[in-house]
Amino acid sequence: MAHFTKATSVHDWLNQRLGIDTVRRVMATEYWIPKNINFLWAMGMVLAITFALLLVSGIFLLMYYQPNIATAFDSVNYTIMNEVEFGWLWRHIHGVAASVVFLIIYIHMFTGIYYGSYKKGREMIWISGMLLFVTFSAEAFSGYMLPWGQMSYWAGMVITNLFAGGSLHADGLVEWIRGDYVPAQAFLTRFFMLHVLLLPLAILGLIGLHFGALRIPHVNNQDGEEIDFEVEAAKYKAGDKAGSKVIAFVNDFLSKDMMVVAIYLIFFFYLVFYHFNFAMDPVNFDPADGLKTPAHIYPEWYFLWSYEILRPFSTDVGLIAFAFAQVIFVLLPFLDRSPNAVPASRRGLFQVWFWLMLVDMIVLTAMGKLPPEGVFSTIGLYAALTFIALWIALPIITMFEKKA
Amino acid sequence: MKELLILVVVTIFTLATYYLVEPFAHSQMHKHVESEHFAYNDLPKLTATGDATRGAELVMGGAGCTGCHSIDVAGMPAPMDAVTAAASYGVNPPDLSNAGAVYDAKFLAELIKNPAHALLVEHKFDMDKGQMHPMVAFYGTGGDLDQEVADMVAYLQSIAVKPEELTPAIAYETVCGRCHANHYAKWTQIGTTPTFKYEKESLAFQIQVLEYQDSLVKYMGTLPPDLSIYIRSRGEHYIETFMENPQNYLKGTAMPRVGVNKHAAEQVIEYLKDSGDAKRHEREEVGKYVMIFMVIFAIFAILWKKQVWRDLH
Repeated sequence: MAHFTKATSVHDWLNQRLGIDTVRRVMATEYWIPKNINFLWAMGMVLAITFALLLVSGIFLLMYYQPNIATAFDSVNYTIMNEVEFGWLWRHIHGVAASVVFLIIYIHMFTGIYYGSYKKGREMIWISGMLLFVTFSAEAFSGYMLPWGQMSYWAGMVITNLFAGGSLHADGLVEWIRGDYVPAQAFLTRFFMLHVLLLPLAILGLIGLHFGALRIPHVNNQDGEEIDFEVEAAKYKAGDKAGSKVIAFVNDFLSKDMMVVAIYLIFFFYLVFYHFNFAMDPVNFDPADGLKTPAHIYPEWYFLWSYEILRPFSTDVGLIAFAFAQVIFVLLPFLDRSPNAVPASRRGLFQVWFWLMLVDMIVLTAMGKLPPEGVFSTIGLYAALTFIALWIALPIITMFEKKA
Repeated sequence: MKELLILVVVTIFTLATYYLVEPFAHSQMHKHVESEHFAYNDLPKLTATGDATRGAELVMGGAGCTGCHSIDVAGMPAPMDAVTAAASYGVNPPDLSNAGAVYDAKFLAELIKNPAHALLVEHKFDMDKGQMHPMVAFYGTGGDLDQEVADMVAYLQSIAVKPEELTPAIAYETVCGRCHANHYAKWTQIGTTPTFKYEKESLAFQIQVLEYQDSLVKYMGTLPPDLSIYIRSRGEHYIETFMENPQNYLKGTAMPRVGVNKHAAEQVIEYLKDSGDAKRHEREEVGKYVMIFMVIFAIFAILWKKQVWRDLH
């Protein structure tokens, strides 16, 4: 039993019981971050803020949304949009944030790839981050089902069909996932549960893991320099803040984060109020109709690249290619055979690999939305083959990479 | 400087992706139809100057319009209620009180002389095959046909509301409302849903609507869609060009060209915005204040960063 004395203040009272000074020191004022970083290092905070916006707006939407196939559509488009005070605002924040969060995730991911931030002890940061990407994808997909519009219904139909595994004809599995032969009430209710409970819980847990994974290997810096954090921290604490290579998470790093967050929020709210259509597909403003297939069925933009890896091939080959695309990024720390944890600009062929991968994924994204006809399907096929070839080439080109 | 360069690279890749998946992809997926601004260039110009007094005599008498159409403002009641009329003609013939305000004059003239042609439904109503349009063509009462038609158009224009009095509701109800419900505006094909005290009254009204819809399905081939949030599912440009000529998008559709004039079309779109995007004014208003707040917040955030980092460099 610890020794407690009469508290001299509320702070002291709490400190004796919760150790808030220690928590503050460990989590904030003496949590060391390299100084040599650029604004791309603020994407974590931008993501945290966007996730908070999704969570808060989601709580408000949840008060009026009705997970029933007869009333879901109007509860969103009439009750929330027309009747509830500022319901439209929460919905547009939720819809735009769900799209923009993926833009930031991709920027965050490609920053990690460019600066080699998945190597030398940082593998778990990368893996937990990719698990977050997968759960965010599931969260986005399940949320997309809820307005029960045409695109909800038909995207739900197409994506759950993938689980039949092509020639395996695992139709029983598909029915088990849907709870019915086609997407219907059971389907909507279970995706509602996933969206508002199970997946958010998983995301919260994984965010904890992702932050925890940063603790021991520390944050990378923009030159891949190996920093002795203890020596540099001592320098900082001795008062040589200018000479130290590290800064404190609070206020040093946080002030820069908040600057980037503030500029990002200008962009974000511009989209919410004046340019929201990109995040809310017009087709989904038609109520779900199982007898009327829309002329074009496509997923939201952030799934298009993997959709396009599925589409140009025959069913079975396409499914294998699709499964490959889903898991391959997780394996990046092990497929990159080079010990160099430095920016791609100093890694020879890897630099070429990086930019090719980025451009290829943008091409795949564009072709994934366009109708699969004529030149678009040819470009899509070659872009999908390039994607696979790039991953096969990665271990080879990195094995022969010179020590940077 | 390096940060600025990185920002430029990130922005270029983001905009390129946006351009490809949004404006470019949609331009490839959807046919683009240019608006004709409701000019109806395929219809002949009115050559004669109409006389409203003579027009009134024709409309009420010789031309037989009031055999099927009501004219509320002139005290002419409908010969049958909406449900019975739909059972006879397929759709309830419109009240003519505001026809002169919502329909283009050239279109009205052509509609009187050759309804199937004005409505662009000749593929469905072919006289040679004995498919009669429910609205009977007017062949004249013995005088100059074009003069008589011009007189009738002049009469309809003289009794209709002035353009500035044409509300979105009058426009929608006259032009679209007899086929298209809009349940976000509480509109059914037979009128606005009243507030009922007893459930049996409510059910009786629903039965009327369903009976009307049954006739409509027989007439049109399918139930015309509810237009509650068409402004968001189709967008303003699509609705405008679709109204001008439904055949632009759906070759062979049973939906007629409705022949609205530009002003009435704008009012119809206003009605659709009121039902499908009701909070648009509030959105623009709140948006302004949020943007101002965010800019001030960003200025303080930048100043704070500068202050904290002064010691770090």
